[in-house]
Amino acid sequence: MDFTLKIWRQENANAQGSMKEYKVTDIDADTSFLEMLDVLNQQLVDKNEDVISFDNDCREGVCGTCSLYINGEAHGPKKLVTTCQLYMRSFTDGQTIYVEPFRANAFPIVKDLVVDRSAFDRIQQAGGYTSFNTGSAPEANNILIPKEAAAEAFDAAECIGCGACVATCKNSSAMLFVSAKVSQFAYLPQGQVEAAERVMNMVAQMDAEGFGNCTNTGACEVECPKGISLENITRMNREFLKATLVPK
Amino acid sequence: MNKFLSTSIGRKVIMAITGFFLITFLLVHLGINLSLFWGKEAFNGASEFMATNGVIQVMQYVLAAGFIMHILLGIRLELKNRASRSVKYVMNKPSENASLASRNMIITGILVLLFLILHLKDFFVQLKFNAKGGFDTDYDLVTALFKSPLYTALYVLAFVLLGIHLSHGFQSAFQSTGANYNKFKACIKNTGIAFSILIAVGFSSIALYFFFI
Amino acid sequence: MTTLNSKIPEGPIDKKWENYKAHTTLVNPSNRRKLDVIIIGTGLAGGAAAATLGEAGYNVKVFYYQDSPRRAHSIAAQGGINASKNYQNDNDSDYRLFYDTVKGGDYRGREENVYRLAQLSGNIIDQCVAQGVPFAREYGGTLANRSFGGAQVSRTFYASGATGQQLLLGAYSSMNRQIKAGKVKSYNRHEMLDVVIVGGKARGIIARNLVTGAIERFGAHAVVIASGGYGNVFYLSTNAMNCNATAAWKIYKKGAFFANPCYTQIHPTCIPVSGENQSKLTLMSESLRNDGRIWVPKNLEDVKAIREGKLKPTEIAPENRDYYLERRYPAFGNLVPRDVASRAAKERCDAGFGVNKTGYAVYLDFADAIKRLGENTVKERYGNLFDMYQNIMGDNPYVTPMMIYPASHYAMGGTWVDYETMTTVPGLYAIGEANFSDHGANRLGASSLMQCLCDGYFVLPATISNYLNQDIHTGPIKTDSAEFEKAEADVKGLIDKLFAIKGTKSVDHFHKKLGKIMWDKVGLARNEKGLNEAIAEIKAIRAEFWKDVRVTGKPDQFNNELEKAIRVADFLELGELLAIDALNRKESCGAHYREESVEPEGPQKGEAKRNDKDFMYVAAWEYMGEGKEPKLHKEDLKFEAIELKQRNYK
Repeated sequence: MDFTLKIWRQENANAQGSMKEYKVTDIDADTSFLEMLDVLNQQLVDKNEDVISFDNDCREGVCGTCSLYINGEAHGPKKLVTTCQLYMRSFTDGQTIYVEPFRANAFPIVKDLVVDRSAFDRIQQAGGYTSFNTGSAPEANNILIPKEAAAEAFDAAECIGCGACVATCKNSSAMLFVSAKVSQFAYLPQGQVEAAERVMNMVAQMDAEGFGNCTNTGACEVECPKGISLENITRMNREFLKATLVPK
Repeated sequence: MNKFLSTSIGRKVIMAITGFFLITFLLVHLGINLSLFWGKEAFNGASEFMATNGVIQVMQYVLAAGFIMHILLGIRLELKNRASRSVKYVMNKPSENASLASRNMIITGILVLLFLILHLKDFFVQLKFNAKGGFDTDYDLVTALFKSPLYTALYVLAFVLLGIHLSHGFQSAFQSTGANYNKFKACIKNTGIAFSILIAVGFSSIALYFFFI
Repeated sequence: MTTLNSKIPEGPIDKKWENYKAHTTLVNPSNRRKLDVIIIGTGLAGGAAAATLGEAGYNVKVFYYQDSPRRAHSIAAQGGINASKNYQNDNDSDYRLFYDTVKGGDYRGREENVYRLAQLSGNIIDQCVAQGVPFAREYGGTLANRSFGGAQVSRTFYASGATGQQLLLGAYSSMNRQIKAGKVKSYNRHEMLDVVIVGGKARGIIARNLVTGAIERFGAHAVVIASGGYGNVFYLSTNAMNCNATAAWKIYKKGAFFANPCYTQIHPTCIPVSGENQSKLTLMSESLRNDGRIWVPKNLEDVKAIREGKLKPTEIAPENRDYYLERRYPAFGNLVPRDVASRAAKERCDAGFGVNKTGYAVYLDFADAIKRLGENTVKERYGNLFDMYQNIMGDNPYVTPMMIYPASHYAMGGTWVDYETMTTVPGLYAIGEANFSDHGANRLGASSLMQCLCDGYFVLPATISNYLNQDIHTGPIKTDSAEFEKAEADVKGLIDKLFAIKGTKSVDHFHKKLGKIMWDKVGLARNEKGLNEAIAEIKAIRAEFWKDVRVTGKPDQFNNELEKAIRVADFLELGELLAIDALNRKESCGAHYREESVEPEGPQKGEAKRNDKDFMYVAAWEYMGEGKEPKLHKEDLKFEAIELKQRNYK
């Protein structure tokens, strides 16, 4: 398969970026999108040009490192997969493909398609934990958790922190990401002790990072490679109301 | 409360609560308007009730405040949202993942607001402060206005836009207040759509009825 | 000259750890804030250690090449984590977990370390549950377990098929709490490029800021390497793209011995290579073998027809299928250990029975399981894996059998450490996959998560005080000393050298070439001739690399090509040591299979044959300088708590 690629190139955070056109030919349909970019980069090395920088690591859809806004959608046209799990068979021969970085002011560009998502880490640092020092945990089976609650907590905890929700949201809102963590703890008894503080602090940090406001368009849920449910946002809103309105 | 209002979720909750309030208002308003179908006396009676009832008089101001908050906060949120992505995508396909209504709340909202200003000028101000705009009764004022094709067209258009606005706003308000439980999700969504249609069709049908008779 | 002292505490095996803790030197909580610890890597071992040391009051600095600590490759572990809780009442115990781990490692792990691992395994689960790790549960609300990788007891805790992710996020969350508390300072997109030794002690590191390209110095009283394994030396592996051995290799060159590099695990259930541009291999949890049956066609005509697309596997009658694991190992069947399963697959494929276009794939078939359990149960157990397979291969495994093939996965070998996880360099530690100590010659399923967390949460935090107590009056380590100066200059020199080559071939070109040699000659089955060839060939590629590599871009910017070049330069040296070690070990043990060392006759004919008389030792290699042969040090292994047996899965 042959493709025309229009890719965002930007030297560094402060430089002016622009779309550049490239061509790749003779790509097997079973090649993954990132492997296709590898091929392109090999061509660039052969021409002694600077390669296109893009974040990637595990290439099995779980580390959350890869990103890319492909043809107008986060992680490309296929639903429920990350870019590294997107295969060229999802495209048609000869197609023009736009490749842009995840865009949000809270995700400044590092170079080309690489963005800085450390805002996510700072939000987690604000409250995405339970305060148990190592060694102080009670015997595991002393904390009984209904099977369903554990399963729902898992569904929320499956978030890989890739930022597709932010990239997709017309408001660059991080609500789906933040709510996944808040929701995970809301389902579990261990999470209850610090529930109020957690949601307040995480939301405050989220706002401070410059993410936009959620307007409930639901786009994040559709584009989330892990299928994190919008219900988490509902739950976080509820947790937030509880935390702010119920006196301590 | 200040702290609450300074958070993104707090603001969204205010949007939702004022939204609920406006939804209630729309229902009352529609009820009054529907009385036009029952003829002059019914409508004038209802109108009279609205003009004199103590609760309604007080609620007028609350309503005005709710409107203003909903509008101002909506604009403020929109500005912040726009500012959170300075460089736009060259290629973007928002229709792949979100409904038209949900993506254009600010547009439908502002258009409805523009209509609202016109509407207030033509009905509310006339009825309240201007001795029924020179007509004998409220009923006459209203039915006369609906004889204007331009006005009627605008009126219908505004309510279609409002319907679109509501089709997202209704469920969104439940979502923002955390009430959109999975169990009720489908029900809330369907009720929202039914409500949007009711509002759009209900108000429009009155205008069209009086235009064509 | 350094000699190996593994510092095993006194007492019977089950009391050693207790003894150690009772007699080790401590650091007073108020003194801990005067002590700095650098940790490289934020996976299960590094993340857990950072969190725990921060909680204890030390000042921790963590460095990692990823943009977030949550991306470390521990996240990709699927199956589960072992612990000897005996919740299932099936006679599990610390001893039994210890026994299985030592035996699984083919008696090449250190007995005392493994016993400690088993003893601490239960605490890990407690800790993780408290962190909110959503393990699978029973209806009564208790934790669920499954049997994993052929274990005879159900001791594996799991969170669907994403156990590693959930455990890592647990450690990450604990670390985040310490970052917020100011006890852990986190340096993302920083890659350690050298360790700095001052007065014989590890006193800091030189790191490259991967965003700006700046070469930066960081001082500390101790340095902990938790940078994972070196599986990417094979180029194609289940490791993440950027997993590398650079930290481990740099400390090797500064005096930390490297142990048992030839113990590399090839995982049997990976998705086969599909084409030239393949960049990595995807592992599917071994738990699949609990219900899936592995087979190839009995007849070569069928194989041919399948490869040509004329025949579907479902059309082959049961009597024409060779369920080769069940045939060769009736007692364990499809649940034989990873190395056995991997070699058996290679044997069939080498004999021409491979079922995909490349000839390197076997079937993993769930048709019987679906018949027995129903599609829903199978979906419940393996749904996410099936989805993953379908996405990659474009084929529905509920209908057609999966195709699998072994791939490089895990490094049992690693930096040599003593009982305290300290390397041969004082103040320099190695934990998790980066060290060598617990898994012997082969790692059992669901044991890596256990070992990483055990090292990070419990072992290192309990042992490091025995070293750091000397430093309570030292004060902060200054980074303007001559040693830091030199280390920084060396790193800059290396980078300049790479850019100065201005050759014609990409870094990947060399990495792929190295990987092919490693896989063909130092992979699943090894022999003297092949290993000697490999050593010569690796030397040649290395020479070519330093003459002809092309690194594009600039040094002072985000530059993935430069990152790769530095890593591949190290792989090109490590690969050789791996082959040297494999050549030295003229026995078959665990994952290390020497074709010369097999059972000559009897029912076990052709199976791997261990040689306890000559090789019951840890091979710890000392770096002797550029161009010189590494020096072998032997740590003899003793097994007092367990009887030596030849593995038999028949």
